[in-house]
Formats: sequence, structure tokens, C-alpha cells
Amino acid sequence: MLWTKIKRIIKTGSKSFARNGSVSVASTLVMTVTLSVITSLIFVGALLQSTLQGIKEKVDINVYLESSATDSQAESLRTALDERPDVALVTYTTAEEVLAAFRARHEGNPLIVDALDEVGGNPLEASINIRAVDPSQYQAIADFIQEKNVSGENTRNIVKKISYLDNKEAIDTLSRIISSSERLGIIIAIFFIIISILITFNTVRLAIYTSKDEIAVMRLVGASSRYIKGPFVIIGILYGFISSVITLAIFYPITYSLGNLTYNLGTGMNVFTYYLANFMQITVIVIVTGVVLGMISSYLAVKKYIKL
Amino acid sequence: MIYFDNVSKIYTDGSTALDNVSLRIEPNEFVSIVGQSGAGKTTLIKMILGEEYPTFGAVFFEEIDIHSLKKTNLNDYRRRIGTVFQDFRLLSHKNVYENIAFAMEAAGRSEEEIAVDVPHVLELVDLGNKIWNFPHQLSGGEKQRVAIARAIVNQPDIIIADEPTGNLDPVNTYEIIQILKKINDLGTTVVLTTHNKGVIDSLGRRVITMENGRVARDDKSGKYIL
Repeated sequence: MLWTKIKRIIKTGSKSFARNGSVSVASTLVMTVTLSVITSLIFVGALLQSTLQGIKEKVDINVYLESSATDSQAESLRTALDERPDVALVTYTTAEEVLAAFRARHEGNPLIVDALDEVGGNPLEASINIRAVDPSQYQAIADFIQEKNVSGENTRNIVKKISYLDNKEAIDTLSRIISSSERLGIIIAIFFIIISILITFNTVRLAIYTSKDEIAVMRLVGASSRYIKGPFVIIGILYGFISSVITLAIFYPITYSLGNLTYNLGTGMNVFTYYLANFMQITVIVIVTGVVLGMISSYLAVKKYIKL
Repeated sequence: MIYFDNVSKIYTDGSTALDNVSLRIEPNEFVSIVGQSGAGKTTLIKMILGEEYPTFGAVFFEEIDIHSLKKTNLNDYRRRIGTVFQDFRLLSHKNVYENIAFAMEAAGRSEEEIAVDVPHVLELVDLGNKIWNFPHQLSGGEKQRVAIARAIVNQPDIIIADEPTGNLDPVNTYEIIQILKKINDLGTTVVLTTHNKGVIDSLGRRVITMENGRVARDDKSGKYIL
């Protein structure tokens, strides 16, 4: 009996969806707009993340070592830094490697090469390059290095200079901008999602309002609340599902045409590549959002009109 | 079968729709309720359907206080009543077959029963050839016959017909009344409200006359007198 009821509810809901042509089309289109806003926010979020990540990766600090520091001492400091969870990458470059890189960089500039030869030996220091997981963590890392330089085992008095201390203000400002941008992005996303959901809810409510009298008749012939609500919930699910499919289809040509543009803007991300790479996740998010939104909107709307 | 026990209905604005009404409707009766607009006929009908609650008194259906029923029991109770209204109240997005099938589905009847009973009941109201039409493709009289078919398909104990001929021409009015009489002859109680003097006078059955929310007359074989 339960299966028969479920079958009837699905059949009735699907038929009503098809027969209420104009109302269904209008509701589906409004929901498509809602889902498009939500999908756009996914892409905007990813672009923001990618851009911020790019900026974060450009921020690093260098620890210049005393010429008296041995390879083993430098390695000890490198290992200690590597073990920290807030450090993403540590690279140790010996004084010889620094010199070789310097020479290579200024190969075409005889003035600098000659000056270097004139000085004799290697005037450049070995250095450790550190990239933190988050730019806000550089202060703690710099403090750690200084502490190691004062009291560390096998790392005492090997640090000549930490670049962070010179660039502290710029790094801190950048760190604040990144953090504010992320927060602002989330607030704007929530704002748009709420607006979109309200618009969808009201559209579905208006669509069901047209059936207000029919709901009263269903009540009068003795239909149970569940039997009345069921088909409307199915209609809501169909609005959501069809809108999701339309939204996913629309975003294919949109991201295709914007792919190179977004990459060339310096975001480090091609939206079309991102869409294809994350197609399954985006599909699940859009369909689940659409279906749940349609289902809840319908349920709440019909619940309002079912009270006689 | 139905018993109104000193029922009053006073709306929140202070207007009195029913004033201390007591009456009894027996099984297999054909009862007409007449009265001017605002006399309390529709409120009386809504009380039977459980759509309105009395301010004082109680309405009983076979010893059951209708207004003490829980929601699910109220649904079961409503399935024992067939309703026909002046404005037909058909489901506009369902065809004739589906309109009648809906009432059967709501009552938990099987697909097989629906497939047999719907064409049968449509034959009874002479609409066998309009089974796949939608309400907007039917005339007023045909719509009302669909409403009657829907009302009787679950073999209810009672048919409530609230001004069923109000929107119909004399020919259709006559046909609808004949169908209601036939239903009553087959053993179903019929409660009819109407303004149509000709209908009441031709029926020659019990007539309850309402005035200002009260029962002004109750004649066993009455005429339309206001």
C-alpha cells in the first residue's frame, strides 16, 4: 500500500508539473537564476582562493646565515623549521649555490661579474628560504629562529639576518588584506545565497498559491495531509532538478568563454579547467542544493495552504 | 445519523451565524435546507463537514462528536461524506477520470478498483464519453455531474449538496436533481441547500427553513416558504 501511495504521489506530481506548463517554466527559470548565483559563487570563491594563494606563495622570508655557520648547523636549523606545522616549505641554499645563482643571473653584466672577481672568494652568505602555510605565521617563525639562534642546540649564533624583520609591515598588511578578503567573500556569498533562497521560496509559494483552492478540495474529499503535500514536494524536486541540469549546462559555455580571461587576469586559475576538473563535486552541490531548496520551499508553501 | 445539539456559531466579529440550532437527520432522508443568504445554511453544512467549529453545542455523526475528531479521523470521516458545491470545485489540472480517481486514491482504493469504478460511476451520471476531458472542456451541467460522480464513487453514507444547481440552467438543474433523487433512492442520505423554489416544490421531501441562524420551520413534506 505504501509503495502504491508513493507511486501515485510521484505520478501525480510529475503530471501536475507537466500540465502547469507556464507556472512550471517560470518557477524553473527563477530557480535556475538562484542556482546560477550559487554556482557563480563557487567559481568566484575558487578564483579568490587561487588569487590569494598566489599572493601567499609570493610571500616568503629568507634567513641569511653567518659565514662561520657550518652545513651541519644550517641543516639542524632547516630540520627544526621543517618540523613546524606552520611551515609549508624550507629550502637551504649553500653559499656556493647562492654565488653560482648570482653569477648566472648577472652573466650578461660584466661590471658586476668583474666586481665579484675583484672582491675574491665568496662574499655571499648561505640562506634558508621559508614559506609559511599562512602569511600571518611569519612572526612566530621569525621568533622561533631567533630563539634557536640564542639557545638552540647546534644552531647558536648562526643567523646573520632575517628578512622578515625588514618586511614585517608589508607582510602583516598583506596578511590582513588576505584575511579580510576571505571574510568579505564569505559574507557576500552568504548574502547572495540568502537572497536567492528567499526569491526561490516566494516563487514556489506563488506557484502553489495557484493551487490553493485545489488543496481545499483535496481536503474535502478526505485526502490526508501527506497525500496532498506529496505531489507538491515532487513538483518542488522537479523544479530543483531541472534547474540544476540547466544551470550545469549553461555554465559549460560560460566557463569555456571566460577560461583564458580569468587565467590572464592573474588569478592563476582557468575557470573552464576548474569546472571540468571539479565537475562531479559541482554537479552534486548544484543538484543537491536545487532539489533540497525546491523540496523545502514546496513543503513549507503547501503546509501553509493545507490548513483549513 | 446527524444530530445538531443546541449548536451556536458566533464569529469573532460578533455576528451570529447559527443560534441554538437543534435538528436530526435520519438515514436515507432527503433533506432540503432553505433560507435567505446569511440565514446560516452554509455554516450548517460546514459544521457537518468539520470545516467550522461550533461556539456552543455539538454536532454528532452516529454518536461521534465530529469536532472532537483528530485530524486523521476527520479525514476518514470526510471520506464517508460526498460533497457537491455550486462552483463544482473540480481539480482543474486533472481530467474527469483523474478527478474521480483522486477521491478513490485518497480513500486508499486499489488501481484495479479505480479502473472498474470510475467508468461505471461516469456511466451513472451519463458522462461515459467525457472521461478524458478536462474541466475547462465541460459545460456547467457536465462539471456538476462529474462532481456528483466524485461524491458518490466511494459510496458515502451522506451526500451534501450545497446549492448544486445555482449555476445551472433549468434543464441541467432538473437533471442534477433527478440524479440526487436516484442516489437517495439507492439508500444514500442527501442534504441539499438551494434557493430554487421550483426544485423544492417538485421534490416534496423534508424542508428545513433557516432564518437568522435559527430553524424557523421543519416540514416533513414541505414547500419553499420564506
